[in-house]
Amino acid sequence: MKDIGLVTDLYRSELSRFEREPAGTMPAWVQQLRQAAGARFADLGFPTTHHEEWRHTDVTPIVENPFSCAKRRPDITKAELEPAVSWAGPRHQLTFVNGHFSPLLSVLERLPQGVIAGSLADSCTISSNFLEPHLGRHANYEDQAFVALNTAFLNDGAFVYLPPNTMVEEPIFVVFVSCPNGEAAISHPRVLIVAGPSSRATVIESYLGLKDGLYFTNVVTEVVLGEEAVFDHHLLQQESRAAYHIATLAVHQGRNSTFTSHSLALGGALARTEVHGLLADEGSTCTLRGLYGATGRQHVGIHTRIDHAKPRCTSRQLYKGILSGHASGVFHGRILVRQDAHETDARQTNNNLLLSEDAVVHTTPQLEIFADDVKCSHGATVGQLDRDVLFYLRSRGLDLEDARRLMTQAFGSELIRFIAHDRIRNRFTELLPRWTSQTYSESFPA
Amino acid sequence: MPDPILEIRELHASAAGKEILRGMNLTIRAGEVHAIMGPNASGKSTLAYVLAGREGYEATAGTIRYEGKNLLIMPPEARAREGLFLAFQYPIEIPGMTTMQFLKAALNTIRKHRGLEELDAIDFLALVKERAQLLDVDADFLNRPVNAGFSGGEKKRNEILQMAFLDPKLAILDETDSGLDIDALKIVAGGVNALRGQDRAMLLITHYQRLLNFVVPDYVHVLLNGRIVQSGGKELALTVEERGYGWLEGPDARTSEEKAAP
Ligand SMILES: Nc1ncnc2c1ncn2[C@@H]1O[C@H](COP(=O)(O)OP(=O)(O)OP(=O)(O)O)[C@@H](O)[C@H]1O
Ligand SMILES: [Mg+2]
Repeated sequence: MKDIGLVTDLYRSELSRFEREPAGTMPAWVQQLRQAAGARFADLGFPTTHHEEWRHTDVTPIVENPFSCAKRRPDITKAELEPAVSWAGPRHQLTFVNGHFSPLLSVLERLPQGVIAGSLADSCTISSNFLEPHLGRHANYEDQAFVALNTAFLNDGAFVYLPPNTMVEEPIFVVFVSCPNGEAAISHPRVLIVAGPSSRATVIESYLGLKDGLYFTNVVTEVVLGEEAVFDHHLLQQESRAAYHIATLAVHQGRNSTFTSHSLALGGALARTEVHGLLADEGSTCTLRGLYGATGRQHVGIHTRIDHAKPRCTSRQLYKGILSGHASGVFHGRILVRQDAHETDARQTNNNLLLSEDAVVHTTPQLEIFADDVKCSHGATVGQLDRDVLFYLRSRGLDLEDARRLMTQAFGSELIRFIAHDRIRNRFTELLPRWTSQTYSESFPA
Repeated sequence: MPDPILEIRELHASAAGKEILRGMNLTIRAGEVHAIMGPNASGKSTLAYVLAGREGYEATAGTIRYEGKNLLIMPPEARAREGLFLAFQYPIEIPGMTTMQFLKAALNTIRKHRGLEELDAIDFLALVKERAQLLDVDADFLNRPVNAGFSGGEKKRNEILQMAFLDPKLAILDETDSGLDIDALKIVAGGVNALRGQDRAMLLITHYQRLLNFVVPDYVHVLLNGRIVQSGGKELALTVEERGYGWLEGPDARTSEEKAAP
């Protein structure tokens, strides 16, 4: 029996209201895309825990909360935002407040010749022919309800285009700030990045809850890499602790392209990130490294799916989780090696650190191999802080709390050290102990 | 006579329910260097762990006084802050934490406890460089995770580097000489000798006379089956090297008195 997902009347009416709204200057193909996705969502409904892929992620609170599309754009000043972004140093910046593009808070003056970076809504009209071949083609809304929902409400977001052979030196910083102002707002930001052949760029995607409060971010990011493109992606998820965050990152890699992603996911009452990498042509490399932390009653989930469609591609995954309090975590890593993807080299590692007896983590590696002559490995561990190391540190004078804190940081820094960009690595390095201290003071109050 | 730093009286200790130390007595005064020798499994490391406060090593009877205070009720970090230092026989690996971070955390904790200011990054770096040079440790080593992938000799040298840093009052070196080549041994011995002084004491646990050629002890003790069965001057180490431990189990050993007792 097929499980029928939930679609509440609220979403049905929001969808039809959105469809009736004048689409402004949006080209017809965008409207068709939205409608198709909306229809698909109406069929799919929200997933329930009966769906295998959602077994440990209960989205009932998302379904039952009367979220409505974030309408008002609260005023955030540059000065308010600055402390949260200035660490990145010189940068190009696209800022979104409650899902709406904010030109005033964006920095786009110094883009190299030919590079496009701006609001998706504007780009859909101005640069329609750059977007049409890609938007909605890589993040699959056919069987993923939240992608369908995002696509149905597709309106605002970021578009970045890198012409062939361009190199963008300074990082492109895409900031999604949520500043709840009483209403339980939902936003469906959409990001499309098209990196031309042999282009190079560093991108930071950041989700930030400026104030504590209830909201729901349902984001979809599509990244398309041309031949030989080198793309360095970073994700900082620091949503408010009451917020819901569902993110899908779909990457399509051309021949000999290199995609590297480093992520840090710390926020949200429920936060789930899906990463779908398609190694669509020979010789491409996809490296995903991520750190997730949850405490209190937070739930965090990382679901990856690397699709080795062509020969001689490499994928590496290293995810580390730190769970404390009553938090729960999920790591589901799927590697798919298609029939003619010979000489595939795929590796996946997931290590989890449980800081309390009530924290849980579900880790599931899944290898589906249909080719011969492949190298595939996976490994998962779940453990506590090593008692011998704790003693070693205490024997050098550190008290139990400091020893635990340092060890937790050490666990995370094994991953952070791989980040190539100094400022970004420093930021990750700075955020982890801050989070750790806070977690410890919550979990082990003096 | 200077005051004792460490006084162990009739100490019994067990691990995993098994009695390992069985009535051990030892007094170490400021300025003294003591060596403990003994066959494998005689309880040398157990003694070191009981002194440092390792979980799972329980003193079941007897007393240990450290500078007059009851050591057994102090948590391990309090012992370290009060100047007790153990160089581990098997130093522990800490993936993800560089030796530099580790040293800094330890040094600043101990400095704070001693009422000294924490060192800033620059002063700390200068100090590390100076001490590292003394022990012929190169900078690359300091930026590697603590002991992870270190050779046996490097791990031991790292222990001595920590000791040189933390400025202990009582240093217990558990087989720091084992596995060292002759050059490394000389360097380590140099580090130990540099630390020798009026207010400090040392307890060297070793199997070999070799170390004692470089660090000449004031007293040598032989630990057998959880008890000190023989004590003497540095020449005792030579006798042990020559004759092994068999003769100490014989009728002329101190244990015989107890065997004879009703
Ligand atoms: N944690 C433990 N659990 C169980 N037995 C232990 C434990 N620690 C030590 N022992 C046992 O106690 C005895 C003494 O061990 P200890 O490590 O103190 O010996 P040692 O004198 O240091 O030996 P070596 O010269 O080999 O280092 C051994 O039989 C050992 O197996
Ligand atoms: Mg030993």
